[in-house]
This record gives sequence, C-alpha cells and structure tokens, in this order.
Amino acid sequence: MSRSEQESLRKNMQPAELVGNEFLVSLWRNDFPILQATVHGVPLAYLDNAATTQKPLSVMDAENYYYRHDNANVHRGIHALSQRATDAFEAARVKVQHLVNAASANEIIFVRGTTEAINLVAQSYGRSFFKAGDEIIVSGMEHHSNIVPWQILCEQSGAILRIIPVNHSGELEFEAYNRLFNQRTRLVAVTHVSNALGTINPVRAMIDLAHIRGVPVLLDGAQAIAHMPVDVQELDCDFYAFSGHKLYGPTGIGVLYAKSALLDIMPPYQGGGDMIRSVSFDGTVYNSIPYKFEAGTPNIAGAIGLGAAVDYLSNIGFDKVTRHEQALLSYATQSVMRVPGVRIIGDALEKTGILSFVLEGVHPHDIGSILDLQGVAIRTGHHCAMPLMKHFGVSATARASFGLYNTKDEVDKLVAAIFHVKEVFGI
Amino acid sequence: MNDLRELYQETILDHYRQPRNFCRPAHANCMASGHNPLCGDQVRLYLQLENDVIRNAGFEGSGCAISTASASLLTEAIKGKSKAQALDLMSRFHAMVTGRTSADGMGKLAALAGVCEFPQRVKCATLAWHTMKAALEDVHEAVTTE
Repeated sequence: MSRSEQESLRKNMQPAELVGNEFLVSLWRNDFPILQATVHGVPLAYLDNAATTQKPLSVMDAENYYYRHDNANVHRGIHALSQRATDAFEAARVKVQHLVNAASANEIIFVRGTTEAINLVAQSYGRSFFKAGDEIIVSGMEHHSNIVPWQILCEQSGAILRIIPVNHSGELEFEAYNRLFNQRTRLVAVTHVSNALGTINPVRAMIDLAHIRGVPVLLDGAQAIAHMPVDVQELDCDFYAFSGHKLYGPTGIGVLYAKSALLDIMPPYQGGGDMIRSVSFDGTVYNSIPYKFEAGTPNIAGAIGLGAAVDYLSNIGFDKVTRHEQALLSYATQSVMRVPGVRIIGDALEKTGILSFVLEGVHPHDIGSILDLQGVAIRTGHHCAMPLMKHFGVSATARASFGLYNTKDEVDKLVAAIFHVKEVFGI
Repeated sequence: MNDLRELYQETILDHYRQPRNFCRPAHANCMASGHNPLCGDQVRLYLQLENDVIRNAGFEGSGCAISTASASLLTEAIKGKSKAQALDLMSRFHAMVTGRTSADGMGKLAALAGVCEFPQRVKCATLAWHTMKAALEDVHEAVTTE
C-alpha cells in the first residue's frame, strides 16, 4: 500500500471501531478510581498518559496487601515475612520476564525507571568498553533521558554521538542511519516510540542493520511498553528499558532487560548490599545477575505493584488495547485536524496514541491552562525532547496522549476545549 | 469559566497580540536575558539607565500570553522610575501574583492579578521581572525560572 493510500485510509476511518469498544472501555474505566474525579468542578478527561498513566485498583491493592501482610526485606531474612516478601518480589520479576518474553528472569533488572536503566548501561557497559573516538548512534527524536547519559559518558570516555536525522513527518531517515555506521560504532541507543510524536520506529530492521556490523542496540521502551506487545527475543535487542508508571504501575520502579551474556561481562553500576557475594577488605566477590545490578534494598512494593500492572494488561490483552488506542488516535487525528489553525506535529505512518499539535497564535502553555479549566489534562512544553522541537521549528507543543481507558467522548471534549481556546483568544 | 476570564483579561490578550516596546531601544545601556526552560519562554530586556533612572525600556523574545503581556506591561510600568522604585514595584507585583496582596494601587499591572489562582503560571508572569532585576544588577548570565 502506498503512503497516500495509507493516509487516506486513516483519514476515512470511521469511529465504528470505537463504538464497538465502548462497553469494554467502560468496564476498564471502572478499574481506575481516579477517572471519576472532577477538576475545577468538571469531569476529568485524562489525556496525559505519555507522562504517566493512572493506576488500576489491582495495582493499589497489591501494594497495600504487601505492606499490610508481607512487608520485610528481601533475600536476607530467615523469617516467614522475609520469605513471603522475597517470593512476591521474585514473582514480579517472572511476570515482567513473560511480559517482554525474556529468555530468563535473570535478565530482568529492577531499577527506578527508564532513566536509571539507560544510565546503568552507559556507566556500566559504556564506561567499561568505550574508548576515545568510539561512536554511539542516537536519534534526533530521543527523550533527554536517552541523550544526556550518553553525553556524560562521552565526556568521560572521549566517545562521540552520531545522530540519526528525522524527516518532516517525524520518522527516522533509515538510509541516513545506515550511513552512520563505521568501524568505530559501538552502540545504537534509540527510542522504540517517540514520546513527543508517537512515531513507532522500525526497530526490528534497525537492530538487524546494527547486528550485521556487530553493534549492540539499546531500545528506550518507555512509550512502547503499555501500547504494544514487546518481544525482546523476537526483536533481538540487547538492552530494553522501561518504566512501571507508564504501564499502569507505580512510580519509582522500572526495568532494564539485557541479554545475560552482556550482563555477565558488565561491572556493577552501584555498590552496596545485595549485589555482593562476599566482602572483605582484600576484595569483594559480586553476586550473580540480576542481583549484581540491584544494590541496596530495592523498591519491593513497587516491583509487586508493577507485577500487578503486568497481570492487569495481560488479562485484557494487547490485541484489544492496541486496536482501541489506534481507533482513538485515528478519530482524534481527524477531529483535531479539522480545527482551523491547528498543525499536527508528527504524522508518521506508524504511531501510538500520541497527538502533538500547535495552534496558530496561541502558545501551548496557554492552551494547556485553558484545557485544564475544562477538565482536559494534557501536557504542554518541549516534552524533554528539545532537539526534536528545534527540528520542527517550535519551542513547545500541546500533546494529548491516550491510554486504554480513554474514550471518543473525551476526544470530543478535547476538540471542544481547543475551540474554546480560539474563542478566548479571539481567533 | 470565570477563572479563565480572570486569567485572560482583555488587557492581557491585547498586550499579547500587540506587545508594547517590543524592540531594542536605541540608547539601551543594560540588558539581560531570561528563560523559562519548562515552556521555552525567552525574553531579552533592554533598559536605558540615566543617573539611576530608567529612561526607556524594551523587550524581545517569545512566550505565552501571560509572559509576553507581563513583559509588555512591565516596560510601560517602569519607564521613569528609579532603580529602587522598579525593584519595589517588582516585590509588590510578586506579592500580587502569588496572592499575598491585592491588586490595589498596581495600575495596569492589576490585569495580571488573576495569575494568583494559577500557581503553575506564576513563573510566566514573573519571568520579565526577574530579568529586569538581573539587568539592573548588571548580571550578564541569563536568568532562568528553574
């Protein structure tokens, strides 16, 4: 199918799919107590899911149950509670393993979030193996979290960053990517899905291209993990990073997946308890993976909450989630495009439910405030992707981002609120 | 929606659409830059100081309606004032937009009083004022709201 055919298909797609899903979505909404909230006296339409998602009751209950019944430190105690806490914590690791289809639970490292996962790889893997003049490929659509850790590493090691350019639709330029490789390329670190635009990158093909040259690939999965099935073995990625809170789980917990062969040769990221086998003042023997990378008492409740979030999503099934969010994106794209003066930033063919836009004559910050007063929660600003904003010639955008519980009605509220912005500004 | 009209008063929209003193005055002798990294607002403020009195003021930059209107109103409000008077006005303005005092005696600046209901927007309203303070104190490094 040609690009124009695909575009016309998207534009002509009717919201029939949405109507068909309405009953299911209404059931899912009941699982999220906060969605009943009102703000400024009007019902909340939460369209800021790319920043963080709301939490279902089952996630809150899992954390609550853990603190009420099982709370103890993990991997140390001889007593019953410690055993129960350890079992629950490790069960969460296995749930995450199955979510991303990792070959082993030992390849799942619990961290604070995507940011810490990427910093871990930069400081452990990068700092050990990269030398002055080595090259790291990132893209022009990265979140600052997948730029700054590499810049820090570059300062420390003398390595340099090479940037994959982005085209006018907000897609990576594949041919240019291909040409960036040379003898000094040591790593590709690229986002699976753009947080600012929603673009789904062709990561399978990008990984193949890197592997032909023996270069490992890190994927920033923060914006992908809750919206599509991720199979790290099928992708054959070397590292995959994501946060629990974008997956309907708690904040402060995230995951680094890495191939065990890599984790085995990487030195610890932080020193402390749990990551050692034996310590003496003559030397320390590190624990095996994954514990080698989990210094200190971990976020036990967070991991258990994340496990509950994984269960929640798995019970619904990605087929339903993806279908609903894609239908919502099509409907929202059509509806918002019809508002005179709106320019949508990023119209890649493959997108998740993220709609970034600007409105002629109104700064995104003002759009955000006016929408907020109508109960519509969106994000405005540079979305921690300043190089990408520069590429599109804007300092900021307004961004609506959808989750599984969003509805056609909420999209209609968004559109009505944008019209109200125009009214206030007299345009 | 009453809050909305409080925030986006006609005066603010007018100064946003047609900012006053939106230029670099010919005889400006101090300048400072301000930046709000969260929303990308940028302002460059120019002052012409003569014997401790602000003879002229102008600004350039881009930002939201609140920050642009605030910068525009500022340039009008501080012309002819001494350094000390301008800094005093700044502290009264800050007290007003953070809801600590009323808009009494603030003249046209009272149009920004509605900001006190929107704590997230205080930085937008005060960016130009922080930049003015930096210019008066001859600080050459760009000020930032963060």
